[in-house]
Amino acid sequence: MSNIITVKDMCLWYGEHQALKDINIDIPSKSITAFIGPSGCGKSTFLKSLNRMNDLIPSVKITGDVKYNGKNIFGSSVDVNELRREIGMVFQKPNPFPMSIYDNVAYGPRTHGVKSKAKLDDIVEQSLKDAAIWEEVKDRLKKNALGLSGGQQQRLCIARALAVKPAVLLMDEPTSALDPISTSKIEELTIKLKENYTIIMVTHNMQQAVRISDQTAFFLLGELVEYGNTETLFSTPKDKRTEDYITGRFG
Amino acid sequence: MRSRFDEQLAILNKEMIEMGALCEEIISKVLKALTDEDKDFLNGISTAGTEIDRKERTIETLCLKLLLQQQPVAKDLRQISSALKMITDMERIGDQAEDIAEIIPFVENRPEMADTLLHEMAKASIKMVTDSVDAFVEHDVELAKKVVSDDDIVDKYFDLIKQEIIREIISNPKDGECSIDLLMIAKYFERIGDHATNIAEWVVFSVTGIHKEG
Repeated sequence: MSNIITVKDMCLWYGEHQALKDINIDIPSKSITAFIGPSGCGKSTFLKSLNRMNDLIPSVKITGDVKYNGKNIFGSSVDVNELRREIGMVFQKPNPFPMSIYDNVAYGPRTHGVKSKAKLDDIVEQSLKDAAIWEEVKDRLKKNALGLSGGQQQRLCIARALAVKPAVLLMDEPTSALDPISTSKIEELTIKLKENYTIIMVTHNMQQAVRISDQTAFFLLGELVEYGNTETLFSTPKDKRTEDYITGRFG
Repeated sequence: MRSRFDEQLAILNKEMIEMGALCEEIISKVLKALTDEDKDFLNGISTAGTEIDRKERTIETLCLKLLLQQQPVAKDLRQISSALKMITDMERIGDQAEDIAEIIPFVENRPEMADTLLHEMAKASIKMVTDSVDAFVEHDVELAKKVVSDDDIVDKYFDLIKQEIIREIISNPKDGECSIDLLMIAKYFERIGDHATNIAEWVVFSVTGIHKEG
């Protein structure tokens, strides 16, 4: 399996505060990678760095290398919009736009210049199918997306992210606001999505990391303490700090 | 932060130690019944066997409860899953001790050579059981590894006894049945050694996360 994202000696500061320290990690394509760690450990900051969402915060300073498909994402020739099209994001709280289900999914492709109605119809249908919500919404595509349940809204947000044909999906605690049934649907969906996409997910639910991820990275105080095969990390962690965190001795 | 879980693990540990002690008790009773002419020891054996079975149920229930409630990972997961595997071997040790006890009354006239070897073999396999339980209690990987290698000693005794019994059957065919019973006792002790080896391998896994291949 080739690595779609490679990170070398990456550090990140918010003003004077160093939030990430010498992060080195290779993320294999078409797999699920989980980031775990206590609140404030830097995992979400790191996730957001991968498609340069942190650019929006003025005091942020980043050093080191982050390569996507072998190309430095901070390079001067990089088109940030294109980068964010290829590396999409799904947030903790479902955030559909206050418009119809159809328009939510068509929003991205339209922004990227797709105008043909037939083509948009195809993209919307395929994206909703890929996000395992088509059957539930196919008869009410023109209805406002805010009328959907939380779990449906989150799958719609995934469909919206898929509509621009990304290669990587970043998910920041995508199920923390959902009930167990919706959570399980998103988990099933994520496993299906890794056939075609690379998924990187921040989760506070360690059982979720065990259930669905291939690799797990444990962050603590801005450091990447341990990274490896999920089963190995959760059965025989190498670092005592990992052992203490996952067995609930702190955090 | 996780005091309840730690308390439950301490209970599991205590139950495992008690089950290990019951295994040591049952086989030392068997050894005494084999050594002494005092067959009273045989009476206590089935009671100890029942107690071992009961312990197995208790530990099994506790482990399943811990898996369900705590969803353990890392060392906790290894400790609980090892316990689940180890109690099966401990229970088998109890069964085999009972099997030996059933045969003992039928092997009154044992040829001297085979008898001496059998005592040595019994002592060696009992030591393996004691050491495997101690290794578990002390999380002692070195002792556990010693148990694994000690299995060769027990196996050698078994071969020696087998040769001795073959000679005995050839020279004294009318006592063939007694000889075969003796061979079965030896085989049970050999199996007890194997179960102690399994326990020791799970101790190594519980501590290090590495289980012997095959």
